[in-house]
Amino acid sequence: MPVFSFNDALLVAVLLFATGLTGVLVRRNLLFMLMSLDIMLNAAALVFVAAGARWHDASGQVMFLMILALAATETAVGLAIILRLHARGRPSLDADTGNLLRG
Amino acid sequence: MPEFLLPLIVLSPFSAAIILFLSAGRMPARYVGLLATGSVGLSAIISVILAVLLLSAPSAEPIRVTLWEWMHTPVFSAHIAFELDPLSLVMILVVTVIGFLIHLYAVDYMRGDPGIARFFGSMTLFIAAMLVLVLSSDLLCLFIGWEGVGLCSYLLIGFWYTNPANTAAARKAFYITRIGDAAMLCGLLLLAATVGTLQIDTLTEAVTAGQITPTAVTGTALFLLVGALAKSAQIPFQTWLPDAMAGPTPTSALIHAATMVTAGVYLIARLHILFTAATVAMTVMAVIGTLTLLMAACSALVQADLKRILAWSTISQLGYMFLALGTGVWQAALFHLMTHAFFKALLFLTAGAIIERVHHEQNIFRMGGLLRTMPGIAGSFLAGASALAGLPLITAGFYSKELILSSVWHANFPISSRFSLSGHVLWAIAVVGAFLTSLYIFRCFFIVFFGPLKKDASGHTPLLMAIPLACISFLSVFGGVVEIPDTLAPVHLFTQMLNPSGFFTHTEDPAWLLYAGAAAPLVGLSVAWLLWGRTSSVIQEIPGQTIIIRLTESGWGFDILYDFVLVRPFRFLNWLGRHDILDRMSSGAASATRRTNAFLVRFRTGILSYVSERTIVMTREGNVLLARMQNGRVRWYAAWIVTGLCVALASAVLS
Amino acid sequence: MSPLPALVLVPALGGAIAWLVDRPRFVGARKITDASWRVTLMALVLETLILVLATFRRPAHPGPWLDHFTAPWIPSMGISIRLDMDGLSLSLLWLTIILSFPCVLLATRQIRVNAGAFHFLLLATITGIIGTFLATDLFLFFFFWELMLVPMFVLISAWGHEGRHRAAIKFFLFTQGSGLLMLLSILGLVVAHFHETGVLTFDYFTLAATRLSPSLSMVLMLGFFIAFAVKLPVVPVHVWLPDAHTQAPTAGSVLLAGILLKTGGYGMIRFNIMLFPEAAERFAPIAMALGVAGILYGAWMSCAQNDVKRLIAYSSISHLGFVLLGIFSGSRTGMQGAIIQMIAHGLSTGALFLIAGSIQDRLHTRDMHQIGGLWTSMPRLSGAGLFFAVASLGMPGLGNFAGEFLVLIATWHVSPAAAVLTTAGLVLAAIYSLRMVNRIFLAPERADQQPVTDFPARHMIILGSIMIFLVVLGLYPQPFMTFSTPSPLSITAEPDKVESPP
Repeated sequence: MPVFSFNDALLVAVLLFATGLTGVLVRRNLLFMLMSLDIMLNAAALVFVAAGARWHDASGQVMFLMILALAATETAVGLAIILRLHARGRPSLDADTGNLLRG
Repeated sequence: MPEFLLPLIVLSPFSAAIILFLSAGRMPARYVGLLATGSVGLSAIISVILAVLLLSAPSAEPIRVTLWEWMHTPVFSAHIAFELDPLSLVMILVVTVIGFLIHLYAVDYMRGDPGIARFFGSMTLFIAAMLVLVLSSDLLCLFIGWEGVGLCSYLLIGFWYTNPANTAAARKAFYITRIGDAAMLCGLLLLAATVGTLQIDTLTEAVTAGQITPTAVTGTALFLLVGALAKSAQIPFQTWLPDAMAGPTPTSALIHAATMVTAGVYLIARLHILFTAATVAMTVMAVIGTLTLLMAACSALVQADLKRILAWSTISQLGYMFLALGTGVWQAALFHLMTHAFFKALLFLTAGAIIERVHHEQNIFRMGGLLRTMPGIAGSFLAGASALAGLPLITAGFYSKELILSSVWHANFPISSRFSLSGHVLWAIAVVGAFLTSLYIFRCFFIVFFGPLKKDASGHTPLLMAIPLACISFLSVFGGVVEIPDTLAPVHLFTQMLNPSGFFTHTEDPAWLLYAGAAAPLVGLSVAWLLWGRTSSVIQEIPGQTIIIRLTESGWGFDILYDFVLVRPFRFLNWLGRHDILDRMSSGAASATRRTNAFLVRFRTGILSYVSERTIVMTREGNVLLARMQNGRVRWYAAWIVTGLCVALASAVLS
Repeated sequence: MSPLPALVLVPALGGAIAWLVDRPRFVGARKITDASWRVTLMALVLETLILVLATFRRPAHPGPWLDHFTAPWIPSMGISIRLDMDGLSLSLLWLTIILSFPCVLLATRQIRVNAGAFHFLLLATITGIIGTFLATDLFLFFFFWELMLVPMFVLISAWGHEGRHRAAIKFFLFTQGSGLLMLLSILGLVVAHFHETGVLTFDYFTLAATRLSPSLSMVLMLGFFIAFAVKLPVVPVHVWLPDAHTQAPTAGSVLLAGILLKTGGYGMIRFNIMLFPEAAERFAPIAMALGVAGILYGAWMSCAQNDVKRLIAYSSISHLGFVLLGIFSGSRTGMQGAIIQMIAHGLSTGALFLIAGSIQDRLHTRDMHQIGGLWTSMPRLSGAGLFFAVASLGMPGLGNFAGEFLVLIATWHVSPAAAVLTTAGLVLAAIYSLRMVNRIFLAPERADQQPVTDFPARHMIILGSIMIFLVVLGLYPQPFMTFSTPSPLSITAEPDKVESPP
């Protein structure tokens, strides 16, 4: 029997997503933005898991695994880009400074 | 045999004309004259042969040759066809014999002129056209000759084209006769539309059988009469003939005295049956003829130019012929036509000889006393003058004029149903005319040949010119004996040949008619002798100042009248028409379109430029606004995504 | 094999070759002088041979028409290439050929600028004219009708005299605009036929059998009439003609006056009278009034001109008034007169334009006040000029008189008053013709006259043959009259024969 009802799970997911979104929009640090993105992904994953539990369907867990892989990949690529930028001698992690296309 | 000869008589001068025109002046002058004279001579010989053939034939059947069918449509047909009957026989004899003599004369007269080929080409072409005119048995075919002689007359009057006055005279002649031709064409159309053919025999049969309504007959007769009047220079068309004297003298003799101007007389004589049926036309004809003969005789009396005297005299004599035609005695008209051709050709040729010898002086008042220097010429001129005046018994002119006068006396001209014009009046005028004729021609004779010598004559008249003069002098004096009044001797060869059935009887004529006709010229001669003949002449020169004299000399003001009534309005119309009104209108429309177009273009440019400028400004500003959003900041983009999502969700939920 | 398509194609191909040979690289290193001129001449000779063949070929099909040719073109629209020839077409074709020769022999050899293009355009115009005289498919007819305009437009605007652009535009606007009206009429007729029978066709013989309401047939006929009236030209719409004739190069003037105008008369006979007989009959009084007006107006205008070519151009308007009068007089006599008049006018006026063009080439002016007394220096040219002037004033015995007389007699049957008015036009004709003669030829020589050369003998031979044609036409028009009568449509007589294409 479920500890939380489906509505509670959705509420948590919305809170998580809002937190992540706010983080993406508000923070300028690229690392924090990546972390906020992960939070948003996890919110989505939570909805999948809750839905799977609600309708007794395994697809929810399958989608969670896929999102997990996606999040890992995304973080890996994102961190790699940040490292490359750092290696090119870019001193800042500020996202707003990268708005100009320059070699 | 005659069927072969008849076309040949036309073909001979025609081919000569073509050769002369084609040679374009490269042929030596001697051969030019020889060729022209020879071709006309050949025609003369053929016409004599034909005369013998026709008159010796037991039956009085005319010789008919139909060459080919000219046009044929369901409603009308015309043929190129010739017919030789006594009437046309007289004409071809006059045309070819007089024509031959004049050509012979012209060989010497025109010697040395650079345009001699053109001259003889036109002359022979004229002979051919005149022969077509008199031989045709179809009126449309006759019309070919009718216009052809007009064309040749135009070419010959304007022969010396370097003087603009000559070409103006030529055009005047052509225009005036062309007006008559248009009227004649209308007459032909009326006839053709009524009868369906213009074959003269068929037409006369239709008239006698009463197939044509009287209105149509009268209409046709009046139309044709206008054509004939124009061709024969009668009132009101007479003005072209005196000016036509601008041409070389042989031309004046042949075309403007002996033959072409008598074409109108011939036409009416040929269609006399038609005209007899139209009494109105006959009366008009007789009255016009009488007026013309009187008016022209008065004009001739005051002229100073030798050739113009003769021209007016021609008009006057043609008036006699029209009087005769109007009276209905077309035989008399034709008789006078023949004798007139003799003596007027003689007078012109003599005048030409005189003018040539006195260094191209034409004013008779600058001549005088020429009797001593050129007695032969004086003799010919005297013969011609007496024939013209009609001195009794000894001249041809007397017999022909007498025939006309005696017939007019009996005639009666109905004007309306109740009123008719008596022939006596016209007879009296004609006798006065005969007196005036004698007066003016002997005035001319005395002034030129008598009195003191004013201008020396040089050279001598060459033989080639003298021979024709002698021949025609003979004809002028003795040519009239073929027809003599009954009072003297009953000789009627001429009228009998023309009309074998014969209707000419003057048995009831009082003898004093003849005496009056004979006395008039004698009185004229005596008066002329009194006035100009004696050495101490009463009037040496007409005081040409009085208004009546000037008016008469200038041809009764007809020229001035026409100038005001016809020429100036026409010039004005031309002046109006120098620009095509319709063209102007279309050009105006074009320029209006262009202007509207330009206005529209400007209008459009204004609107467009305003609109486009505003668009540009607005685009630019919108651009700036949009460009602000493209700042490359990821967070902003994410924010926009969220905003959009929210709006979408809100609209989805709230709707 | 019918020679008709060859008749149309030969000038077109000849023109193309003439254009090509004028380019240096096609002739190689040595350029043949007058190469395009020679090609043009050869094309004309070939065309003459084909025409002789077409004339003397035994008609392969029974019936009044001499020759037929049909080939499909756009079957879905009912358009085919249909050429038919009757006596009328044949006589006008002969006129075209006879006049093309003097054009090419006398007037185009001295063209030096772009001679190839000039000859191409000349032959293209001739192609259009020949096609117009032969086509019996209305769409094809319209095609040829437009085909002759464009090359002529270019000829005038490129090789013309001082005011050529304006004249060319005027010519183009008038003829093109009226041509569009004709297209509308053609389409209207086709649609009417389609509604009636459900068959979409442009065939002349089939369309002739269409039953039309009186008002519709009047409207359609007017569409055709306006197009032909502009071409003929009839008086209110003649204004393009004097400018175009005056400004065109000599060969262009001859083609325009001699043949191009005749397409108007041909069209009226073929398409107005024969396609819409009842409407034409109702329209006849107006048309005849226009004809009389044309005769008098043209003659009046002609009397007032000082430009030689303009004078001749206005005299053409006067002469073609007779054609209109004859066509609409409603009788066979008038029709025959109109045809004779067309041929005679083509010959005499064409020759006059040739002479006027030669004078302009020699003296570089067309103003009669500047020209004077050419007889002394150029007796041959002046003699020819005198002859044709006399022909144009209607001297009996020459072609023009035969035509005019037949027209007049037909008119007299309809309205004597109109005929009397028309004879007044003949008096005016004498005035303008002799005015020209006495200004140019028989006049005192001008003091400042520059030395000029007369026509050489070979030119005179060409003009002489035109003179002989005119004399024959004037004295023995009977064969032409019987020969050139348009063949009946046989609408009423045998409708089945018309329907089956031979």
